[in-house]
Amino acid sequence: MAAYKHSAVLLLCCFALVSDRTLASKPDQNRAEPEPGPESHARKSDAISPREDDSNREPEPEPAGSVQEDPGSRWQATEALDPAEEAAGTRRRAPNDQFQEELVIRPLSSGDIYSSFQFRTRWDTDFFKPGRKVANYRLFPKSLGQVITKFSVRELHVSFTQGFWRTMQWGPPFLSAPPGAELWVWFQDTVTDVDGAWKELTNVLSGIFCASLNFIDSTNTVQPSASFKPLGVGNVTNQKFLRYAVLPREIVCTENLTPWKKLLPCGSKTGLAVLLKSEKLFHSSFHSQAVHIRPVCQNWECKSTSWELRQTLNVVFDLHTSGQSKREWSLFKMFSRTLTEACPLASSSKIYVDVTDNSQGALFELSPSTPSLSQAVVLGDRRTYSVYDLVNPDAFGAQRSLNILLRWRTADSADALRPLLHGERYVAGYGLQTGEIHTLIYNNHPYRAFPVLLLDTVPWYLRLYIHTLSVTSRARDNKPSYIHYQPSKDRLRPHLLEMLLQLPPNSVTEVTVQFERALLKWTEYTPDPNHGFYVGHSMGVSILYSILGSWSSVAMDTNVCVSVFPCKEESTYFVRVYTEPLLVNLPTPDFSMPYNVICLTCTVVAVGYGSLYNLLTRTFQVDEPSPSLAKRLANIIRRMRGVPLL
Amino acid sequence: MQDYNNGVFRKQKYALDANCYPHDCLELIRTPNEMYYIPLKVALFYLLNPFTILSCVAKSTCGLNNAVISLFILCTMKGSALLSAIFLALATYQSIYPLTLFPPALLFLLQRLNIPVNLCWPSFWLFTMQYAVMFLGSLCTIVCLSFFLLSSWDFIPSVYGFILSVPDLTPNIGLFWYFFAEMFEQFRLFFICVFQVNIFFYTIPLSIKLKEHPVFLIFMQIAIISIFKSYPTVGDIALYMAFLPVWSHLYRFLRNIFLVSCVLLACSTLFPVLWHLWIYAGSANSNFYYAITLLFNVGQILLVSDYFYAYLRREHHLMHGLYLKRKDGSEASLVLK
Repeated sequence: MAAYKHSAVLLLCCFALVSDRTLASKPDQNRAEPEPGPESHARKSDAISPREDDSNREPEPEPAGSVQEDPGSRWQATEALDPAEEAAGTRRRAPNDQFQEELVIRPLSSGDIYSSFQFRTRWDTDFFKPGRKVANYRLFPKSLGQVITKFSVRELHVSFTQGFWRTMQWGPPFLSAPPGAELWVWFQDTVTDVDGAWKELTNVLSGIFCASLNFIDSTNTVQPSASFKPLGVGNVTNQKFLRYAVLPREIVCTENLTPWKKLLPCGSKTGLAVLLKSEKLFHSSFHSQAVHIRPVCQNWECKSTSWELRQTLNVVFDLHTSGQSKREWSLFKMFSRTLTEACPLASSSKIYVDVTDNSQGALFELSPSTPSLSQAVVLGDRRTYSVYDLVNPDAFGAQRSLNILLRWRTADSADALRPLLHGERYVAGYGLQTGEIHTLIYNNHPYRAFPVLLLDTVPWYLRLYIHTLSVTSRARDNKPSYIHYQPSKDRLRPHLLEMLLQLPPNSVTEVTVQFERALLKWTEYTPDPNHGFYVGHSMGVSILYSILGSWSSVAMDTNVCVSVFPCKEESTYFVRVYTEPLLVNLPTPDFSMPYNVICLTCTVVAVGYGSLYNLLTRTFQVDEPSPSLAKRLANIIRRMRGVPLL
Repeated sequence: MQDYNNGVFRKQKYALDANCYPHDCLELIRTPNEMYYIPLKVALFYLLNPFTILSCVAKSTCGLNNAVISLFILCTMKGSALLSAIFLALATYQSIYPLTLFPPALLFLLQRLNIPVNLCWPSFWLFTMQYAVMFLGSLCTIVCLSFFLLSSWDFIPSVYGFILSVPDLTPNIGLFWYFFAEMFEQFRLFFICVFQVNIFFYTIPLSIKLKEHPVFLIFMQIAIISIFKSYPTVGDIALYMAFLPVWSHLYRFLRNIFLVSCVLLACSTLFPVLWHLWIYAGSANSNFYYAITLLFNVGQILLVSDYFYAYLRREHHLMHGLYLKRKDGSEASLVLK
């Protein structure tokens, strides 16, 4: 009997081993990334750096010949080929994704320096083709691809910012971002439960970026009606598929930078991402990292779409804290690294240094100098850039390392271009009961008026008195042409106020609204309640006219453009302006007293209950004083004796 | 001629009433002469009450609530069951708590129609049903009118759900706000139920005890509502304080009136001071204001229970004589046992 058991066990083990071997011998065909096309293409190029990220990539797979073995299961896992290529019988396909990286360095008039990285991955694929699952990721990060597929996302924009962009001192940024975390998502029309998808999406993103985006819930999510339009291609814009949330309290640190860097194809090993070292990046006045995913046109005819992932990182280094008060900036001083090579997977890798104010080297000296210059109209202003092309190995010189150095010759700085649109916000009033929110919007254009769409999200615990809303420009009432207001519901949703205002030229428009502060339950306060509560920023969206005058171009769809600069010179440009977030104090209960309060209040209720109970259940009687103990004992004895009582 | 007849009739009635009672407590019985100025005093107590003026300055709708309740009391006194039911329905529609005024009104109307309050008598049940139908019918009509005005039932959780579940914790003069601001989450529902039941809970025992005195019962109910409701205001306090001149004859039996009036006066003046210190000056915290809230409510409870004690004591004296003697002939004291 025991022998049978043992033999059965042995048989099972043998069977398990055999099946394991057979399974292991087949390469993981469904999971594996290696495709015949890109692999062989990559092998033909000089340097291969396998992408080290968390997606399932096998190190070096079997040679190209062996993939012909099992064509049936292979083709299930990979994308369908272009019929023309299939007909041509070629197994090798051109890669349908490309990656570009750029860095723009712009010295600011206050002595600070602004560096803007943009990493752009474009992939000609369709995540939503029915019946086929995208499984082979090369340059596009798999985690984001899965997010897009699972939640049927059409566009995703998330940004993490530390610091506030000082428009008046630094000019307009390439891509503005508010302090804290901001997330807005357009879902596809096929999504039935947008709120459920939003909730899951925020939690998944919070895991991907190691940020506490899971604090986004219905109390800080809004559905703006007019402030957002999809930035990618798309025909239907039904606002019910849009969700916008902001977390002004969110802090950005190395924990958020590391997963962001991991999404890049080359990681932080080669290319421009080598410069992204957190000890220098977070020692800055402004740091903003963002991820933007949107569908774009593949070419100018726009017959099919491809997906674009743009990762941007903007950082402003302060003259005094990072620059040691010397007006001399270099890559090594800013990032404590120099560049050694471009990312091999990148089709273009460029550095642009803004030399507009430096004609003939009058203001600062740029070394190593480069002959190539390019001009572009950025944010309505024509700027000149010196271009360093890192794909060309000559850019690195003899030492195989590139350290761009800007040394100022003179102490004076160029005049800064005054920003056309600028916003400020503050809380007025005193005490913990009421207050007033003032939003100021400056229009600095000398003669043009333009409309601005203002979006305000105020949490529910500031009870806005919308009847006190007033908009004044130049001390006169300025009636908004469009107002959309959604009142808040306690503990459910915030206030949403959108207004279309016409800003007169060269003026300040002031929007004021009074509010009352609510007392919250003691569990709803943050651990540091006397710090205050953050109220999100106000956002102004506008299309501005360029100072350069009107240009005759047709407004092109800038989706096709590859670089951070728009490809066609336009007379108008889109700008988004953020104001500061607010910090508001709320009245607090005493947090040490829950038990005491319960006891005291219940005591008062019991006093009421007790006195009424007494009066209800007892009746008046004449008070006979009870005899003393001695008399009572004497009475007992007397009763026993049968003698009259005392 | 008719006036003369009325006067004679009243005097006879008075003499008949007087004969029911022991002779030494005639001084307890009120004459119409004494009661002549009571309506004026009630009006003065309400209109010149600083609390009423405060609620007017604050532009509160409390005045409308008070008006409807007063109209309801008026119609009940006049004996019109339909109008009293309609006004009671209106008052209940505004805030749920005037529902507890249904039994006193019923008792008064029964007393007026000389129907004894006895569960066996069919006429009692008949009138109760009539009154209940009138009240519920008017309430349903008003609620349905609101539904047609709004085209949805959303107002029911917004209005009545709000009153019953106390989501807003803005400080007021009541007991609820700080209690629920500091409540442990798992007990919140339990204590909300306890506090809401606390208001409706005194109706039956009070009605049983005071079934021959429905007017005092109305006063007690209004006072209990004003003290224990979820969002009390000083306008509600002004309403029941306006009734105090009606019971001015109970003055000799009140035990704590000096203490109570001092407490109420002191708390009324301290409320704005401590509020300012907490919210504007920042040198006090919420406990200061909360303490005054507690004291104010204790004062109100003592006032109401003191008047109740005095009323019951007067009734006892009317039954058993004013000067009571013990068995051995010495002067007796009266206690509740």
